[in-house]
Order: sequence, then structure tokens, then C-alpha cells
Amino acid sequence: MTNHSDDERPASVSRRRFLGATASTAAFPLVGVAAAGQAAAQTMPPPDPQAPVDVKLSINGEMYRVGLDVRTTLLDALRDHIGLTGSKKGCDHGQCGACTVLVDGRRTLACLTLAVAAQGREVTTVEGLARADGPLHPMQQAFVDHDAFQCGYCTPGQIMSAIGCVKEGHAGNDDAIREYMSGNLCRCAAYPNIVAAVRQAKLQMEG
Amino acid sequence: MRPFLYDRATSADLAASALATSADAPLVQGRVDAEYLAGGTTLLDLMKLDVMQPARVTDITVLDARHGTITVTDAGLKLGALVKMSAAADHPEIVARYPVLAQSLTLAASAQLRNMATLGGNVLQRTRCNYFRDTSWSACNKRNPGSGCAALDGVNRQHAVLGASEACIATYPGDFAQALMALDATVDIVGAAGPRTIPFAALHRLPGSTPHVETTLAAGDLITGLSVPPGPWTRRSLYLKIRDRQSYEFALASAAVALDLQGGVVRQARIALGGVATTPWRARDAEAALAGKPINEATAADAARIAFAGSKPREHNAYKVALGQRTVVRALLQAATLED
Repeated sequence: MTNHSDDERPASVSRRRFLGATASTAAFPLVGVAAAGQAAAQTMPPPDPQAPVDVKLSINGEMYRVGLDVRTTLLDALRDHIGLTGSKKGCDHGQCGACTVLVDGRRTLACLTLAVAAQGREVTTVEGLARADGPLHPMQQAFVDHDAFQCGYCTPGQIMSAIGCVKEGHAGNDDAIREYMSGNLCRCAAYPNIVAAVRQAKLQMEG
Repeated sequence: MRPFLYDRATSADLAASALATSADAPLVQGRVDAEYLAGGTTLLDLMKLDVMQPARVTDITVLDARHGTITVTDAGLKLGALVKMSAAADHPEIVARYPVLAQSLTLAASAQLRNMATLGGNVLQRTRCNYFRDTSWSACNKRNPGSGCAALDGVNRQHAVLGASEACIATYPGDFAQALMALDATVDIVGAAGPRTIPFAALHRLPGSTPHVETTLAAGDLITGLSVPPGPWTRRSLYLKIRDRQSYEFALASAAVALDLQGGVVRQARIALGGVATTPWRARDAEAALAGKPINEATAADAARIAFAGSKPREHNAYKVALGQRTVVRALLQAATLED
């Protein structure tokens, strides 16, 4: 399913993408003028909502092209179609924060984002924080240093959210960290260590 | 989640006429519903639960260049409908000049949800009534008109004591809307017939016998912005939210309060209640009772009693009357101590 190419250029248009774009933009002229829309509707077959849509996603600085059912969330696209399984599925309803990624630098719940709606935006997942042969991101290292997890399932979401928390300027003290990290649940209740990790990483990220 | 057609809006006008038109014709498998997609934090959640089943989803996030800006002038505050909750919550001028607005947003949801959710979508957030959200309950007049209401005699601890009917007691869940009510905001709407502006107080409808009709918006109508007029009460304003846990939780009771005081006496008080009513709820009788009086324990308690005079508690939510009254009292006393 995955068609991953590093040299994918934004301007390139595949046949499938061209057809997809034509179909979707055609919807507006059809309904913009009611009479023309009715006439056209009689001659055109009804659109198939389950036909795969060609979706291009920019993730961790690389372009990925995948054919997706339009219902696919960004989280499922990452995990099931692109093979980036660092982002976790907890509740799948925007309540636990395990799926947190950065979209255009701001922390976002991938489970409540349609993949098709994330096109044109830059997505950063936990896999994009450090190179395989390089040092860990200061937030990753801080979570290791402070043992800020037990089972680890919520950790990628915690780390991505914590980076967002620091970047947004909401990690000024422990109370602020607790308040602005409240969207990330930890069933092992590693919260005191998570707060300590965010405090340490903030100094390094801003240092 | 059921299949749907996805498209991206190219302008508010075209999107509105497109959705108005599609309201008459089946789009997918006999379904006609069409919905706008902005932050998606309510819509996708409810689509996954099969509570909402739109046949078409029109993505309007691409309109944010036109409808995603904040303008603060002496003539008031203008908020594009696609402004993210977090952007408004952290805006220094809103924090300083309209604290009730900033606080209502900061105290809502989580940081991630506030980064995603838009102001236009926020005011249309749907109830957290468990019988509405869980489709295994057949009786829900809001989800399935005419089917009854499982909450009336069910687990109704979170439900409304104001504005309820025998058809629905679901609580309006939001926070920001109360602040907009208190400040007499207006709503800019683009519809199939063109743009119009209505008072924010005219946006939501009481459940009555038709709880599935939650607003006065027509098919295709798109909220494009919110306006808040200036006034001597906007700085002396706050949002007090009482909930089961300190963060990331819906209100059991909340109060948006704004005061215009002169020499310690109320020239104008504005009070809106959340967590206790079926819609964003303005307590005008309580406001009137405070006019010309100082704010103290006695006058605040009087106002709070009046605010809940018409309440109709059920088996498990009667505590909301006392809790709501205390919330109003504390909010008024705190607001009175604020710097003008």
C-alpha cells in the first residue's frame, strides 16, 4: 500500500490524483448552479464514497503517497499504511492523548484528524525526533533520565505533547505543566516523573 | 464510521449553497446529511460512535486565511470562526480586555483539543449526554426523534436543571458560549441566501419537543465569525468552572460573570450559566436584581437564588441547584474584587 519516495515533488500529479482532484472540485460547480447540477446528476454515475483517494502526506520531512478510504484517520494512516507505529491508539476518541503528533508544529490528536485533511501540513511523529544514529531529542532523553513511564504505551504521545507544551510556553512551572499536559493520560500514573522530565527538557530546549 | 463524500470548500458562499442544495438530495445510500469539517473534534468523535452519519463532509479548514483572524480594536473584538480555541485563549489582548472569554477557553478540553477545535465549531459542540452518545440506548429524542428520553429516569447526574423539557434534559457542554452570552456577542453567518448577523443568544434553541433541532441555523448555514462589543464590564469579567476534577473535564456548574461597577454599586451585571442548562443560559432576572446594589454575600446569594428559581431537578442532579447557586455567588464576589 505504501508508496514512499524521498524525491516526491509536490508539483507532480499522478493520473489517479488528477482524477481525484477533478472529481472533488467538480462537486462545487454542480451544486453552485442548481439547474446545471440536476442535469449533470442525471448523466453522471453517483460518486462512490468508498473509492480510494490518493493522499499525499508530509511526515517527518518526507513525502508519502497512499491510497486511502476517505474515512482513514491520520493515526490509522501512520500506523497501518505508512508503517510508523510510534503514535499509539488508546481510546481513538480524543480523550487519552496517546496519538498526539505535531501538525505544523502544534500538538494535535491524530485519531480525530482525517488523513485527507492533513494534506499540505507538516506532520511530526515520535519517529521524527531523532535520527537512528544520533542523540535522542532532549525530551526523549529526559523521559529516560526520570523514568517517566512504566508500561510505555502513552509515552510517545506524552513526549510529543510535552514538546508542544514547552514550545507553546506553557511549561513555566509544575502547575502549568500539569494543567497543560492534562490531555495525556498515563494509566501507570507516572505523572510526577513526567512533570520532572518536562521541567528538565524545557531547560535544555530553551538553553 | 459510515462512508461519506469528502470535499474541500473553496469559499464560504459556495460551501453554504452547496450544503443547502445537498440537504434535499440523497448523497450516499439514501442519506442526506451534510456537515462542515473544521477541527473535527466533535464531528469525527460522533461519526465514530455512529451518532452522526453525514453523507457529505465539506472541509472548511482551507478557508482559515479569510476566516481565521483575531481583531481587537476600541470598537470591540472580532473573531474569525476558524480561529483555534488555543489562539484566542492565549491572545494577550483577549486575556487583558476580555478575561472571561480567555478563561472559558483555557479551562475547556485539553491543549491538543484546543489546538484543533475552532471557535465556530466550539459553540456548536454537542451534548455529552451518555444516552445521546451511546447508540445502544434506543431512546434518545435528540439522536432519534420521537424515541423518548432514557435520561429522564436514568443516570442523570450530569444533566440540566434549567431549560429542560419532558423530551430532553441534555446539558449544553461548552464553556466559551457562556462568555459570549454574557458579553452580548453576535454571530456572522453565511447562508444560501447570503450573509446575516444574529445575536449569539438567538443561535441555540431550547429542546422543547424537538431536541434534535439544536440551533436556528438552516441547512448550509456556515458560521464565519463572532463579534463582541466593547463595554465597561468586559475587563471586570471572569469564568468560574466547577467540575469533578481540576483539569480536562466538563463543567458540573459554571458561571460567566461581567460587572460594571461605579462606586461599589452595580450599574450592570451580566451572568451566564454553564453545566446546568440545556443551552447557553443567560440569567437576566438575576442580573436585574443586582442593579443599583453593592456586591456582597447577601446580594450575590439573592441573585443566585433568582438565577435558579425555575430549575427542575431530576433524581440525580438536584445537587446542581445548590452547586450552581454557590458558583454564581463565588463568581460575583471574585469579579467584584477585580481591578477595573
